[in-house]
Amino acid sequence: MLESCADPSGLEGLSWLLCYLTTGKHIAFYASFGTVALLLAITAPLALSFGFAGAAAARSRFLPVSLIGKTYTSIVRGVPDIAFFLFFVIALDQAFEFVRHKVKCPDWPDAIRQGNDFVVCDAAKLPLSSSPQWVHETYGFMLAVLTFAIVFGAFAANVLYGAMKAVPRAQIETAEAYGMSHAQAFWRILVPQMWVYALPGLGNLWMILIKATPLLFLLGVEDIVYWARELGGTKQARFTDFPHGNWLVYYFGALLVFYLFVTWGSEKVLARVMRRLSHGQATAGGEALRRAGA
Amino acid sequence: MNKLILTTAALALATGAALAESHGSVVRMGTEGAYAPWNYLDDNGDVAGFERDLGDELCKRAELTCQWVTNDWDSIIPNLVSGNYDTIIAGMSITDERDAVIDFTQPYTPPDPSCYLALSADVDVTSSMIAGQTSTIQAAFVAESGAMLVEFATPEETIGAVRAGEADAVLADCSYLEPIAAEGELVMLERKEMIGGGVGMGLRESDGELKAMFDAAIQSMKDDGSLNALIEKWEVASTF
Amino acid sequence: MSCTQTILDYGLRSIGIGERLLPRSDFTLCQQFTLIGSGMIWNVYFGLIALAAGFFLAIALALGKGSRHFVLRKLSEWFIFLFRGSPLFIQFFFAYFSFLALKGVSPVFNPFTSAWLGAAVVLFFNTSAYSAEIFHGALKSIPKGDLEAADAYGLAGWHRFRRVTFPTMLRLAWPGYTNEAIFLFHATTLVFFSGFPAWQQRGDALYYAKYFADKTFNPFVPYPILAMYFIMLTLSVIAVYGWIGRRLNRHLPQEARRHFRRLPRLAR
Repeated sequence: MLESCADPSGLEGLSWLLCYLTTGKHIAFYASFGTVALLLAITAPLALSFGFAGAAAARSRFLPVSLIGKTYTSIVRGVPDIAFFLFFVIALDQAFEFVRHKVKCPDWPDAIRQGNDFVVCDAAKLPLSSSPQWVHETYGFMLAVLTFAIVFGAFAANVLYGAMKAVPRAQIETAEAYGMSHAQAFWRILVPQMWVYALPGLGNLWMILIKATPLLFLLGVEDIVYWARELGGTKQARFTDFPHGNWLVYYFGALLVFYLFVTWGSEKVLARVMRRLSHGQATAGGEALRRAGA
Repeated sequence: MNKLILTTAALALATGAALAESHGSVVRMGTEGAYAPWNYLDDNGDVAGFERDLGDELCKRAELTCQWVTNDWDSIIPNLVSGNYDTIIAGMSITDERDAVIDFTQPYTPPDPSCYLALSADVDVTSSMIAGQTSTIQAAFVAESGAMLVEFATPEETIGAVRAGEADAVLADCSYLEPIAAEGELVMLERKEMIGGGVGMGLRESDGELKAMFDAAIQSMKDDGSLNALIEKWEVASTF
Repeated sequence: MSCTQTILDYGLRSIGIGERLLPRSDFTLCQQFTLIGSGMIWNVYFGLIALAAGFFLAIALALGKGSRHFVLRKLSEWFIFLFRGSPLFIQFFFAYFSFLALKGVSPVFNPFTSAWLGAAVVLFFNTSAYSAEIFHGALKSIPKGDLEAADAYGLAGWHRFRRVTFPTMLRLAWPGYTNEAIFLFHATTLVFFSGFPAWQQRGDALYYAKYFADKTFNPFVPYPILAMYFIMLTLSVIAVYGWIGRRLNRHLPQEARRHFRRLPRLAR
């Protein structure tokens, strides 16, 4: 907090605004934009690897594995993400604690489910109840990342599965004719070529992921929507140094601008990546690039 | 009688030390942080309000180290029972429904009546549109009373609805509405409803020891009058 | 109370027919299935209205975005960018806020603050923007030969659009459009969750699932029930759209048809 802000009651106009916008709460609000960015940065590759695993599983020639891959994608895709978020995090948390409990306290006398309560031994708690607050917050954040990755991994699996199928069959046949094994053909021929087919779908998925982040507060993470709601609500003079009316519109307006800006930037980057990937590919886009170059 | 209570208090305090060991000496206090004057976030983003003062004092008396956590109102009970924090101290009225799932300490405020806040004083609450926050005891009360119920996700929106003429009145805890009525514009109706019991701290049913400790601490605050002083300071309810 | 009785009492509860009060205690599985299912009426209603109306606006916007007319093009582009670029959650907030303000201007806007109209309008605009982007992409990828053939046949203007451009665009856009429909139905759960108030405890499936999760303090029963209903809804959407898609492509040779199904598209 700034020095001059110690007594805000006498402030007016710009200096009031400056002090108002630098309260601890506002700093937390600004920091939460970083939380969202971090979530996106970790979730995107994680969801992509879930999707890759799902798609590879769905393609498997071993029936049970292929069934698992297909069930994962179709069930998760069939459920609205909010419904998933509302119970999945608690389920995930309990599952982790259950496993730890079984490992760490094998001779615990009491039942884990006592009526409605879910009680594990102290050593199995995640995180330990003695851990500082930031550990709890990080753990909550990691759970949110995992939930997002599982949901969006299912969508990514669907896209990648389609992309793998779109790679011309002749390419694989040629590879096999050269004596490559199934795995070699998959890793050396199929995987490098599928990205150009997958990119439009993955790009769209990235846009959906960005727009799903306002649901982060459902997962117990104090995100930008949480803080915008908290800061924008009416504040009475009794409870704050900076009383104001209902300012939700301004705070949500700021969020709107933020999201539009991120979308705009993403569109630019995706267009550029698509140009790169199309280079030298046997697609309409690749053909256009070749002609332009010639 | 007093003597008996004091001995149970002493006993509770003695077990407290042992419990504190097993709990890793930190008790996590779960609150909502959006219900002034009960609990809210101050300008620095820390939990403040009546329950912050009360909780800190209770922890001091029970010789516990406490840590404050905020959680969304909707999932505040599921997160307690699955062990993400150890107590709920969030202006939660003691009701039979809730009591079936979690345990409550003895109430730390007497029952707070619910009030109506309206645009004009001549609203007939039995036949008009009443706003309430989803899944509160007030919303359930209006649904049963036969008036038209309009539910909003947050208390802020219920007030906004009355201002915008979407609803004729809002039903909520008097202590929450009083500071808003004090600003003028909206008026408090004469009629009050007695819904729900007092407000208590919620704990897991399997956490009997912790409940005994907080019960004893609340009793000691009732006995020396410090609880009434806190209630008066924050104007949350009538005193004991 | 038998389960049939529960279904009679609560089956249409979400639209105000049947028992006035929701169950307060001793919740049975049957009650949860019935009421959450009853709420699905709203999800299906919002989805159908928005899709039906959005289809036409989307085509207009897609044509506008591809238009040579500067103003038309910019207007369409901005509409699409605004609704595709912001979360629905925030769109609902601003919609409700502006409808409240408009209400003060003219009583014409009174019904807009109710979910049945206001939320339907937001979802309509939202899906129009997303579908328009899909249609626009399809318009751009119509094979040049098709259009040249149309010219050679002397087709022009409306005729060319009706007989060549439009059907080809639809065919190309169909896989992406199917995904958009799925997402739209999922998005309807946000209506009562964050945007619009629920009157007389009449809400959508998520509203009732939340009600039960809140009363029983156990999220592990109502939300999976909700998930099950939505998986069924999603499967029906896929079936219906698949059927239409096959009709759109029925003139193509087998091999080409299979190729259309393989197009990896995921829009939105």
